[in-house]
Amino acid sequence: MTWIDLVILVVKCIVLSLAATAVFAYFTLFERRTLARLQNRMGPNRAGPGGLLQPLADAVKLFFKEDVTPLMADRWVYLVSPTFALIPAIIIWATIPVGMWPDGQGGNWLQLAEINVGVLYLLAVMSVGVYGITVAGWASNNKYSMLGGIRASAQVISYELALGLTVLGAVMQAQSFSTAVIVERQAQMWNIVPQFLGFVVFIIAATAEVVRAPFDLVEAEQELVGGYNTEYSSMKFALFFMSEYVKLVAMNAIAVTLFLGGWQFPGLQTLTLFVTQQYGAAVGNAVLGLTSLGAFLLKVLALSFVSVWIRATLPRVRYDQLMNLGWKVLLPLSLINVAITAVLNVLLPDAPTLTAIISLVVGVIILAVTANVGRPGKEKRTVKLVEIGL
Amino acid sequence: MLANYAFIGVFFIGAIIFPLVPLVAAYLLGPKRPTPIKLDTYECGLEAVGDIRVQFKIQYYLYALAFVIFDIEVVFLYPWAAAYGQVGLFALIAMAIFLVILVGGLVYEWKKGALEWV
Repeated sequence: MTWIDLVILVVKCIVLSLAATAVFAYFTLFERRTLARLQNRMGPNRAGPGGLLQPLADAVKLFFKEDVTPLMADRWVYLVSPTFALIPAIIIWATIPVGMWPDGQGGNWLQLAEINVGVLYLLAVMSVGVYGITVAGWASNNKYSMLGGIRASAQVISYELALGLTVLGAVMQAQSFSTAVIVERQAQMWNIVPQFLGFVVFIIAATAEVVRAPFDLVEAEQELVGGYNTEYSSMKFALFFMSEYVKLVAMNAIAVTLFLGGWQFPGLQTLTLFVTQQYGAAVGNAVLGLTSLGAFLLKVLALSFVSVWIRATLPRVRYDQLMNLGWKVLLPLSLINVAITAVLNVLLPDAPTLTAIISLVVGVIILAVTANVGRPGKEKRTVKLVEIGL
Repeated sequence: MLANYAFIGVFFIGAIIFPLVPLVAAYLLGPKRPTPIKLDTYECGLEAVGDIRVQFKIQYYLYALAFVIFDIEVVFLYPWAAAYGQVGLFALIAMAIFLVILVGGLVYEWKKGALEWV
């Protein structure tokens, strides 16, 4: 590796980190505006045109806030845990191919690191994400924070099983752990068709994994004030906030990579071929890079809208319901998904269209049956006092 | 290929430095006017009673134990998922047996009530 490579690498890292920050800043604005529209109000629209400078104003405000460290807190752990929460949220982006801009040596400008176990890397980093929250809850020495932290760890590990198994479905479709290969194999058909059941379970489990509404029991305001971040203020609070949102967007990006074809869109190859023949390889690569990046961002934006929509629509679940959903619904469903994928791909390896249609139909039927069995009207309406926490 | 792991390493170091910059900036910019009441543990305005490091529900441990077991079993599925296409029917049957044992464990836990939140 020459020093130019090193410079390029460092620049790439900085750009990716800053991009993650910018995505976070504007996602908060997007969420507040969209939530406002869904609730029939205006949302922040004063700072700059259409409220575009609102994230900046929020950041400046947080910089000038007093940074309070409670006397009872474990000082060092209290200080370290926001950093600990943010690091996984950022490094998770390393193996996600956000586009396809060939660098001429078989590499891709728009993917920081292409490793052959990319999906394992994603899963590993995802799991580490919860430690920041749990440790923060412990270090604050506050009952609400502690409860929030413990809830977070129990919730995240419960949903991680379903998450890991649905990711497995996408891996089985491509028979590779490389994110680049998984995206390439979706050129003909996006994984959402043969993995429809897996996709739906993934979206639910991912929402729970990033502790977002309706699964945000970790910071349930009515019960736990702010949950794990009750005692945090100023920039430390902002780092938690940031890690949560960067993780959410990263989850959506992973969903796009695994199930929605990543940077692919129909007609991409024809377009690239046409431009390359017309204007040469350099322009062709640039067009490919920009359009694929655009397609990827558009898909992530669409999924982000779904996240906000879910938050606006569904009320928070109860803790026992949360655990039941994870262990008794999503885990069996994801196991069924793995079994269906395995059987179809081994028995009919040469008919991808047929297997896709069969698994789509079976997936829809299973989801419909599950939804019908778990319908609220069907369970016995016994009123039971649910003891919460401690 | 190995260079890519180095990329992740550099990115990791960058990600460690990254949150430190705003933390230091906020430390320098923000006011520091601590009072004993401000630094007290927040408990909705009431005096905090007792220590927080107390016993909590055993259910959390049960879920953690169940998780460890299932997660390790799921880890065994990963190498299989990358290779089952080449091995064919044998791989399918082998994994079916493995999955039956896994599901058996889940059903047992379910019936024993380990997954109930009471």
